[in-house]
Amino acid sequence: MILEIKDASFGYSKRTVLRNISFEVGTSEFLCLLGPNGVGKTTLFKSILGFIALKDGEINLDGQNIKKWSRSCLAKVIGYVPQAHTTPFPYTVMDVVLMGRIAHLGSFSSPSRDDVKIAEESLERLGISFLKYMTYTEISGGERQMVIIARALTQRPQILILDEPTSNLDYGNQVRVLLQIKKLSEEGIGVVMTSHFPNHAFLCSSKVALLNKNGFEIGTADDIITETNMRETYGINVRITRLADNHGVDIKSCVPLAN
Amino acid sequence: MRFPNAVNDESVQNKAVAANVPPKVKLIRSRLVLVILFIILVVIFFWSFTVGRYAIPLPELLTVFFRKMFGLSATWSATMETVLFNIRIPRIIVALIIGAALAASGAAYQGLFRNPMVSPDILGASAGAGFGAAMAILYSADALTIQLAAFVFGIIAVMLTYFISRLIAKGNNSVLVLVLTGMVVTSLFAAFISLAKYTADPNNKLPEISFWFMGGLASITAKNISRSLIPFVIGIIPMLLFRYKLNALSFGEEEAQSLGVDTKKIRFIFIICATLLTASAVATGGMIGWVGLIIPHLARMLVGPNYKFMLPASVLLGGAYLLLIDDLSRTIFAVEIPLSILTAIIGAPFFIYLLFKGKDSWT
Repeated sequence: MILEIKDASFGYSKRTVLRNISFEVGTSEFLCLLGPNGVGKTTLFKSILGFIALKDGEINLDGQNIKKWSRSCLAKVIGYVPQAHTTPFPYTVMDVVLMGRIAHLGSFSSPSRDDVKIAEESLERLGISFLKYMTYTEISGGERQMVIIARALTQRPQILILDEPTSNLDYGNQVRVLLQIKKLSEEGIGVVMTSHFPNHAFLCSSKVALLNKNGFEIGTADDIITETNMRETYGINVRITRLADNHGVDIKSCVPLAN
Repeated sequence: MRFPNAVNDESVQNKAVAANVPPKVKLIRSRLVLVILFIILVVIFFWSFTVGRYAIPLPELLTVFFRKMFGLSATWSATMETVLFNIRIPRIIVALIIGAALAASGAAYQGLFRNPMVSPDILGASAGAGFGAAMAILYSADALTIQLAAFVFGIIAVMLTYFISRLIAKGNNSVLVLVLTGMVVTSLFAAFISLAKYTADPNNKLPEISFWFMGGLASITAKNISRSLIPFVIGIIPMLLFRYKLNALSFGEEEAQSLGVDTKKIRFIFIICATLLTASAVATGGMIGWVGLIIPHLARMLVGPNYKFMLPASVLLGGAYLLLIDDLSRTIFAVEIPLSILTAIIGAPFFIYLLFKGKDSWT
């Protein structure tokens, strides 16, 4: 499945935040969206998910304009992982993950045994089955993030959209969550994710989009994450280095400089 | 997060074991709780006949029911027939309906506004209904008109809240705006109520309005049954049908949308139904506070927050609770105690207990 954004402009009632954005994300692609605070990353996501209407242009899924799609049709194709959060009510992890089935249920029904099986598969796939019976409000932030990803997987989506999935997580959990998302993309899901860390893009992206005051640029991580681009986007000096991992594969890293 | 291959940490293992209640067991447990709640409700129902003035002992009551059911001749006095069918049964049924209605609408509002501290008063429903009834009493209207006025102004208040907040929020995430607008509308109608009281004749109208506000079922007769049962059925059925979707709404507007829920439709259905329930309860029984706040909490403690079980549990518990309160109100003293006084005296300490006990679950 291909998600295509075509000449789209995004914004709220009076203000247009982003203009003439075009890009595509296909099966097994991993797009990382980088940009400073307030540049419109969240607006872009909310528009793709249909929370805000487009100002101009169109969004297509396999060539079909999604403007007229119902909520449940969209939810069967696009899974959304919002920023880390909690609910006011002490749902069990299983309750939360099962809510991913809502789009597939009839108006008046609740999840069946088959739905429970699908939810269990999602937990299994992310290696967090041990959380199944725990209370969602009592587990750690990293665990909650994984549970929300499991819920999105339970929708059986072909595109996964993640809004800063690593915010509020400790260093180890950031990397573990990213590697899980990378694995999902390798298994055939198209991923669009925002991040504040260029290193996250080096670690797992097949494509990087950079949003800054100069506009929108998209390409491979090597092309986009350059010292000049980072200075223009974030207003800081960085050095990009290259090193080899344990298997002799090159990995790049972006290091901020003190002067 | 601890993946199985990550460094193993014992507290997690313990936590996992402690919380290890398989969903099947939980499902059975939740269903069992519902069955038990129903049995408790039936027991309170029958017990209610045996207390208060003109108490009817259980064997006699069962005889009446049995002989009526099979069309056998009456072996009891005409007075008892009148008391039973014109006073006792209507009052018990109406108490059940009002309790269930207030609890169900409280449960719905709490999910809609993602806030366990919210109650049927929040959208202005109670205040609006109260104003409508006060005006009707002021103009010496009959009982049916009082009910209609309460309902109409309850709906007007909620519509005001709903549309003003939508105008302000312009279709964006509007829960906070909705709650704030609800507070504004509530205080506006509270001012109107005060105005109505201020202009009321202090010799007859003022006490009438004041007593009505304190809540009570002393004047309930057989004709009240259909008047509360019809709006109750109209309100509760859509809520029970769509109740699973309400779970998603408690994660917030956008998240629910991303899960495939038509949030505008579901929100609208629940607001209209919950308001209908509140307004008809207020119109029949006056302003009875606390039920819509504490019963959903109690239900959540018993069966968990999943509306699939929580809403039916709220209905059963709410009915049983208000019936018990009404029994107390007519048995403690020779004079009946207004219901709102009893629900507050019982509700306030119980709510503080809930705050202590459940503080982890909503911080």
